[in-house]
Amino acid sequence: MSFPVIKGTGYVLVHTPDIMHHHGTTQSLERAAHPDSEYLKSLNDHTRSYEDVVAYAPNQTYIGNLHPEELRNVPTPWFQNGLENAQRVGTFGEIMPQDEFYGLMKISDAFDLVSLEEGFLKKAKEKLEAHPLFKEDVAKMGSGDTLADVERFIKDHHADPLFHEGHLVGCVKRAHDVDVSLTAHIIFENLVSKASGVLAMKHLVDKTGLDVNSIDYVIECSEEACGDMNQRGGGNFAKAIAEVVGAVNATGSDLRAFCAAPTHALIEAAALVKAGVYENVVVVAGGATAKLGMNGKDHVKKEMPLLEDVVGGFAVLVSQNDGVNPVIRTDLIGRHTVGTGSSPQAVITSLITAPLDKGGLKIIDIDKYSVEMQNPDITKPAGAGDVPEANYKMIGALGVKRGDLERADLAAFVTKHGMPGWAPTQGHIPSGIPYVGYAQQDLTTGDLNKTMIVGKGSLFLARMTNLFDGVSVVLERNSGEVEAPGTGVSKNEIKEMIVEAMKELAAQLMKE
Amino acid sequence: MDLENQNRVKTLTEKYGAENMLILLGAAEAESAGLAAETVTNGDPTFAGPLAGVQLGLKVYHAVEPEFKDAVNPDVYDEQVGMMEMVLDVDGIVEEMNNIRSEFCKY
Amino acid sequence: MSLLDGKKVIIIGDRDGIPAPAMVECLKDTGAEVVFSSTECFV
Repeated sequence: MSFPVIKGTGYVLVHTPDIMHHHGTTQSLERAAHPDSEYLKSLNDHTRSYEDVVAYAPNQTYIGNLHPEELRNVPTPWFQNGLENAQRVGTFGEIMPQDEFYGLMKISDAFDLVSLEEGFLKKAKEKLEAHPLFKEDVAKMGSGDTLADVERFIKDHHADPLFHEGHLVGCVKRAHDVDVSLTAHIIFENLVSKASGVLAMKHLVDKTGLDVNSIDYVIECSEEACGDMNQRGGGNFAKAIAEVVGAVNATGSDLRAFCAAPTHALIEAAALVKAGVYENVVVVAGGATAKLGMNGKDHVKKEMPLLEDVVGGFAVLVSQNDGVNPVIRTDLIGRHTVGTGSSPQAVITSLITAPLDKGGLKIIDIDKYSVEMQNPDITKPAGAGDVPEANYKMIGALGVKRGDLERADLAAFVTKHGMPGWAPTQGHIPSGIPYVGYAQQDLTTGDLNKTMIVGKGSLFLARMTNLFDGVSVVLERNSGEVEAPGTGVSKNEIKEMIVEAMKELAAQLMKE
Repeated sequence: MDLENQNRVKTLTEKYGAENMLILLGAAEAESAGLAAETVTNGDPTFAGPLAGVQLGLKVYHAVEPEFKDAVNPDVYDEQVGMMEMVLDVDGIVEEMNNIRSEFCKY
Repeated sequence: MSLLDGKKVIIIGDRDGIPAPAMVECLKDTGAEVVFSSTECFV
């Protein structure tokens, strides 16, 4: 059987300190309830510079410059041990500063909803003209508005302000006078998600050297909803992102499943390619403004910087088997079903051991599990613990219950088959997907053979169900055997069939 | 603790009476278990929610504590919670819960 | 008297610890009544 492959990835972060101050829900709720609170006054003192964000080791891991196994060797807490000579650009993408990102929001804005003050816009434009991926797009930025106009949009038309280094530099306007689904706040969230998705997909196209015209389909899997009051989540971020990236032969659709969505999307992309419906499918998502500074109060209390200061994005290209890149084993899929229940044991059984059993594999046959890769530097001070480590312990504990490993080997299992977390707490961004870029390396030029990508989602937060969700899929080193076109069998299998037929014929002749 | 959950704790306690309530927690860490337990006994320590400054003093346990484990069907417990005893810091959670109860619990 | 007899129980589960529905299962066929259950998510 021939499987689709992971052909390339793009991973980006955007440093968004002012968006964190004004649009992260922890901060905006605090501002609404206690506008003069000590917490809000302390934010500036707990905000990192762009240079600190670039030097932050987990961020370097996210963009492809520091393998997770190397991150393990960086002393913790990581925010106190910045890397020297850290680079903005990585093997998978980049860490973009906020001013350029506001320019990218303007480029991604199809309805003149982003207004930038003319002096700020000019500087952002100059920076983006020097950006290898956006120099063709800067013409779309226009020339900007006067500060008086920006202030008027905010005061008289309910626009949401855009700040940079604490100064007003623009705004995002509402898209309708009365439509609650098109308020400035929602348009703001959606444009940030769209623009960071654009950045990730641009990097994917750049890193893979793919002809953008050969992309057939895009699946977007963030956690935002775009639409108007008559269709609140109508969509379609996917096509909107494809348009800005210039994928003129692509259409697409949005897939929603909370934090599990990227893994759902990866499986569906693989299915579409395996079925021959499309040849090149891109899975993409931008990030979430709401989660910026989500655990900020705990970080301030512990006298740390607010580490949730970046918006994340990623893109993955799924294509037909090329005999080289890691295959997506569409026959080894784990699913948390309606009937699975929510005990941790049942969840891990459905996601980890059920697919392994299908392939006759043991828990230790998977070299690396990519679970929820949240950065523990962020979560531990907030009382949420080390999420990936807890996941590895659960997988190992189930292994002990099944007899795949000894209880004494549990700690060693966590190290050998696990990784430290490095992804920002952006919901869908940390969930399984951050390792796919390194998995492509480890399963081709590296020395691993099998990895599992696990996505989990907290569906109950939408109040539509009490259920939890999750899916998983195995990625495997390519055997190099590629299916002969139109046959459904590999060339080697055809050879074996011919040899078998010749033998049978010879045996028949001998008898006669 | 989530603000809506604080709201539910407050209104349901008013409805049924504090002496009849039992709060059961599933927090992943001793520290977060302690914060949640403090919220339903001594009030919201973050002063963000409806329980800020409200000292309900409710009886509160964590699911991995022996008091709860011994009160339910052992087979069901093993199936639903058992594996997590290997994953969570049970001793740390028990200690933290005992501290909060001895300090703030009224029932 | 058991810890649970006649109690009105509020369950605050944790997605990364013990989720609420797992505790609800444990309380079936006990003397306690679950009056509210919810699972929190910190990430």
